[in-house]
This record gives sequence, structure tokens and C-alpha cells, in this order.
Amino acid sequence: MEHRDDIGAKLGMWVFIFTEILLFGGLFLVYAIMRSSYSNEFHQAAHHLNAFIGTINTVVLLVSSATVAMSITAVQKGNRRLAVILLFITLLCAAVFMVNKYFEWGHKIHIGLYPGSDLMVSLSHGQVMFFSLYFFMTGLHMFHLVVGGIILTIAMVKVQSGTINADRYVLLENGGLYWHLVDLIWIFLFPLLYLIT
Amino acid sequence: MTEQKRHQPEPSYLVDTGKYKGLMAWLTSTDHKRIGLMYMYAMMVFFSVGGLLGVLMRIELFYPGQQFYGPQVYNGLFTIHGIIMIFTVVIPGLAAVFGNFSMPIMIGAKDVAFPRLNLFSFYLYVLGAIIALSSQFMGNGPPDTGWTFYAPYSIQTHTNVVAAVFGAFVLGFSSILTGLNFIVTMHRMRAPGMTFFKMPLFPWSLYATAWIQVLATPIVGITLLMIIAERWFRIGFFDPSLGGDPVLYQHLFWIYSHPAVYIMILPAMGVITEIIPVFAQKRIFGYKAIAISSMAIALVGYFVWAHHMYTSGMSTTARWVFSLLTFLVAVPSAIKVFNWVATMYKGSISVKPPFLFALGFIFLFMIGGMTGLSLGALATNIHVHDTAYVVAHFHYIVFGGVGFAFFAAVYYWYPKMFGRMYNFKMANWSFVFLFTGFNLLYFPQFIIGIMGMPRRYFDYLPQFTLGQQISFFGAILLAIGFIIMLITLFSKKGAKAPDNPWGGTTFEWRIPSPPPLENFEVMPEMGLNEGPYDYK
Repeated sequence: MEHRDDIGAKLGMWVFIFTEILLFGGLFLVYAIMRSSYSNEFHQAAHHLNAFIGTINTVVLLVSSATVAMSITAVQKGNRRLAVILLFITLLCAAVFMVNKYFEWGHKIHIGLYPGSDLMVSLSHGQVMFFSLYFFMTGLHMFHLVVGGIILTIAMVKVQSGTINADRYVLLENGGLYWHLVDLIWIFLFPLLYLIT
Repeated sequence: MTEQKRHQPEPSYLVDTGKYKGLMAWLTSTDHKRIGLMYMYAMMVFFSVGGLLGVLMRIELFYPGQQFYGPQVYNGLFTIHGIIMIFTVVIPGLAAVFGNFSMPIMIGAKDVAFPRLNLFSFYLYVLGAIIALSSQFMGNGPPDTGWTFYAPYSIQTHTNVVAAVFGAFVLGFSSILTGLNFIVTMHRMRAPGMTFFKMPLFPWSLYATAWIQVLATPIVGITLLMIIAERWFRIGFFDPSLGGDPVLYQHLFWIYSHPAVYIMILPAMGVITEIIPVFAQKRIFGYKAIAISSMAIALVGYFVWAHHMYTSGMSTTARWVFSLLTFLVAVPSAIKVFNWVATMYKGSISVKPPFLFALGFIFLFMIGGMTGLSLGALATNIHVHDTAYVVAHFHYIVFGGVGFAFFAAVYYWYPKMFGRMYNFKMANWSFVFLFTGFNLLYFPQFIIGIMGMPRRYFDYLPQFTLGQQISFFGAILLAIGFIIMLITLFSKKGAKAPDNPWGGTTFEWRIPSPPPLENFEVMPEMGLNEGPYDYK
């Protein structure tokens, strides 16, 4: 005998999203306090981030959020092929985001700007704090992006096999919710890190 | 409630019916009752280990000066004692054991909302505990920071802090998932007719607890990750030499760890609220006040964290506000005590072991609560901050409160869990030893604390000797009491328990002892004029 409760499953996902927001909330709190103590140095340090790549990544994530939402509608309407394509585009966007981040991080590490490096230690306290927060926050965000990507990959396979269909699609819906969360966190990270110059 | 018809009784949940037998059947079971019991066994092991470490500390403290080991070992002992007792025993505590075992039955459900997630939480719990304990045996020796991992020392010490911190992180994740599961369970799976305000009060307390678990634990999670990042990557959030702020660590830590105290105590209060009406055979006094006070404690308890930091450097205004809020949070707790006592008034009281422990809880909790107020007051706090007085206060709450409620709950639901009774006389003796030992152990700490005995010191001035020695004998009595309790419960099979040995009215007493795998043969309903505590 099977127990099925889609509303319950979604409620669970929402509660989990609360916890994720509070997880990042702790970091945003640290950011707020450090920025109020070192506002000038944060301003200077932010010049070293590439706002262009940041903007591209923001757009890429926004598009991916739209496609995942569309894939849910497609599943609801029973269009399996379209749903798979849309999910594939979402995952492609995630990959583009990761590649951009790879170049961003790679460049910084190449010039010796990473936590614990000699260059980092020689910077002023406020700048160290900014780059520490940058690596910690975007790193944690990337981890969430990877988790979200895995969930959506599973969902895509299940849409393809028909396990997720117009009658039951709560897994895809929850995956979509999670993906929007990943997107939303980036929406806050982007201005706080890139646009404060 | 529909009549129970038992033509062919379903096999109890203790009988293996799946594809596995024996131990594997337990380890792979998603049944909430079995998971609850697994938590209970694990916790009893951890509690015994933590208690043993406590006794080791008391042995060293028997005389002033160094007896058996030096300060470094002592620092390691109180650290791991704290980590084990806090993170693996009292925080999951009653919610993980009795929340799992009883709550779904009490609300008329077959299981929790996400049974597999529930089993996953259990494995995270075991994994986190193993990681935390591994800190003792790997790396550069046991961590010596205390369970609070205060920065910057936790960043500088060469001991194996990372394992302990990461263990606590994993345990926190387990706690979050349990809370999430319980919230959804109580929202979605209550019996038809059971509105929120007809739900028994133990589930109510778990509901409040679950919200704290979900909303507070992530903060300490990220804080612990930051500690790890500081140690591995020299990210200096809390390290003043890199521009960080150690007081910020204390804030972030207590934003979780103070509400965590309510994660511990709220389910304990809930259990006491179940036990008292049953043994007074009287409807609970002030049902709504108790339910709402649980939520009020959860809410206000979220905003009192900085009362742990009066001496850490804060503005006067901040201290004033946190002190006021600390006094406010005592009000809903006092409402509960008032309602328990009022429930007993003119009831037909039968003093059986669970009730005895419930009385013990009220007594000890009141001492713990009142001394908490003296700590929440700004001026007295400066005097007794970081002394044995604080140690005595939180042991009265966490052991006298949560511990005694846990014992009460074990004695209360034991017949339902195993379908067996136990020897009341032995159980009463265990109470006498535990209660006497407890007070002998911790009450002197109040006195020597006011006299100036600091906490976390392995040595002390000669004037504290008498107090420390009384505490030692208290610890021995306490250990004997615990052993008597284990013997009472687990040494031999008692007489077969009836379905409702205490005359309770909540759903778990209307089904067989032990319950069948799916709890109810006929799903229960709650009538329009029915309530959870309808006593004649």
C-alpha cells in the first residue's frame, strides 16, 4: 500500500528552503557586519571582480530558472519531449555558469589571490575579509548549484522514462523549487560582491 | 474513536516481517517505532560514556591540586563530555526517541511523513557521532576548546578541533531533517477531526521544537563551517589577527545554541504534560495556554542568545534588551509549571514511577529555572559568570529537566514499547538514588560557584574541597541510580502489559501493546466533542 502526499512533499521542500536561506543568512550577517566595519576596503576590493562575467552568470541563471519552470508546465501538459529539452537547457546553463566560475576562480588563484596565500595575507584586513567572503559564499553557492544540478538530472531521466508524468511530477516541482533557491541566492550575491564598486 | 475489532491480531512491530531478519531488519527499517528505539539504544550508550567522563572529572576534583592527570587531559574531558552530552544525547533527546516512537501514534498516523528520510536522519546521527568521537583518537589529540568552540582559541589550538566541529555539523543536519519531518507529519497526517487545538500536548511541544530545529540549526551549521574554513584556509572571519571578530563568533554560535536549550527542554515539558493528567486522572488544566506557551518559548527563545555574552563586550542597551527578553521567556515556562500543578489539584493521583519522575522534573526544573533568572540579570551575572554556579544551573535544566523527563518518558511508554511491565519497587528505588544523587552532585556547585569556583578548572582553592567532595558522592549515587534503572528495564522480562496500563486517553493507549507495524487496524478519528484528555 502506498502513501502519497504531494502537498506534504512540497511543504517539506519549503521548510528545507527556509533552512537553506538561514544557512546563507549566517553568511549574509557576517558580510553585513564586515562591510560596515570595512566599507572602503570592500569598495576597493570589489574592483578586482569581473562584473561582466558576473552579469553573464546572472543572466544565465535567470534563463535556467525560466526553463525549469517551463519544463514543469510542459510535463503538466504531457509534452515529455519538450520537458526534457527544457531541462537539458537548464543543465546547460548550470554548466556555463560553472565554466565561467572556473575561469574567474582560476584567474584569481593564478595571480595568487586565494585564502591563505602570501598575497592575501599582505592585503589590508578589509580586503582579506572581502575575498574570504567572496570565496566562501560563491563556493558554497556552487556546491548548491551542483546539488541542484544532480537533482534536475535525476528528474530529467525520470521525465524521459515516464516516471515523472502529468499525473505525478512532485519531484520535478521540488527540484525546480530548489533550483529557484540557488538562483535567488545568486541574485543577492551578485550585487553584494560585484556591484559595490 | 471506532471500536477496535481484533479477529486476527496483526503481528507487533517487534516481529520481523520484511525480507531481513534480526539486526538487519532493524537497521533497514523505516518504521518510526523501530527508529525511535534505535535512537534510544544509541543514546543510552552515549549517555553512559558521557556520564563516565563526568565521573572521571569528579575523581580528579576530589582533592585540590593534581591527582591523576593534568590540565590538558581535563580540558579534553570536559570538551568531549560536553560534545557527547549536548550534541548526541540531549539535543536529539526526547524528540528523536519519543517523538519518533509516540508522536505519529498520538496524532493517529501510521508513520511520519517521510519514513525513509527519517531513517536517513538516524544514519546521519550515527555518522555525526562517530566523526565527533573520532576526534579523540585521530590528529593531534582530543579537542580542548569546550563544546562551545570559542574563537579565536578554536582556530589556534593544535588539537583535533575540525573532526569535532564537523561531527557537530553532521549531527545538526540530522536534527534539521528530523524537525522538517515532524513539521510535515503534524501538518498533514493528523487523524480526521483532530484539529491543531485537539492535538495532544506532547506533539504540540514537538511542533514548537521542530521549528527551532529547522530555523536555528543552519546558523550554527554555517558557523561551524566557517571555523573549519578558518583552520584549513586561513579565512579570518573570527580571527582578530586577520581582521575578524571573535565576538561575532559568539553571537553566531549562541543564535543557535541558546534556542538549542529549548530544543532540549520543550519535548521534556511535553512529556511531563502527558504524564501528569494520566496519573491525576484529570483533564489537563489550561490546554491552550500550554500549547501556546510552547510556541511562545520557541519564539522568544530565539531572541535571548546574547545573555551568554554579558561579559564579552556589548553595548549597555543590547545587554539591557537581552536581559529583559530573558526574563520574558521565563513567563511561558512558569505558565506550564502553574498548569501542571493546577492539573494535580483535586485529581485522583496515583504515584507510579513515571509520575514520580515527573514530580522530580518539576522540582529540579524550578530550581534550574529560578537560578537561570539570576544569571539573566545583568549585575548578578557579572559576579557568577563562568563559575560553577553556571555549571549547576544548566545541569539542573539539562539533566534535572531533560534527563529526568527522559527517564519519566521511558517509564511511561516502556509498556507500550515492549508490551511488558517492569518492577515498580525497583523503579522507585532508581528514582530515590537518581534524585538524591543529582541534588548532592549539583547543589553544592551553586554554593561554591557563588564563592568563586570557576568552571572548567581542574584545580581549585582549598575552601571548595567540601563542596567538590559532596559532589563526588552525589555522582556515585547518581551512577548507581542509573544502573538500577537499566537493571529494572532490561534485566528480565516483566509481566505482560495491558493495552492501557495507566488509564491514558491519547491514541497510543487504545492500540495493542506493543503496537502492530501499521499502528492502527482501523484508522482513528476524533469526534466533534472529543478532546485529547477526556477523563471522567
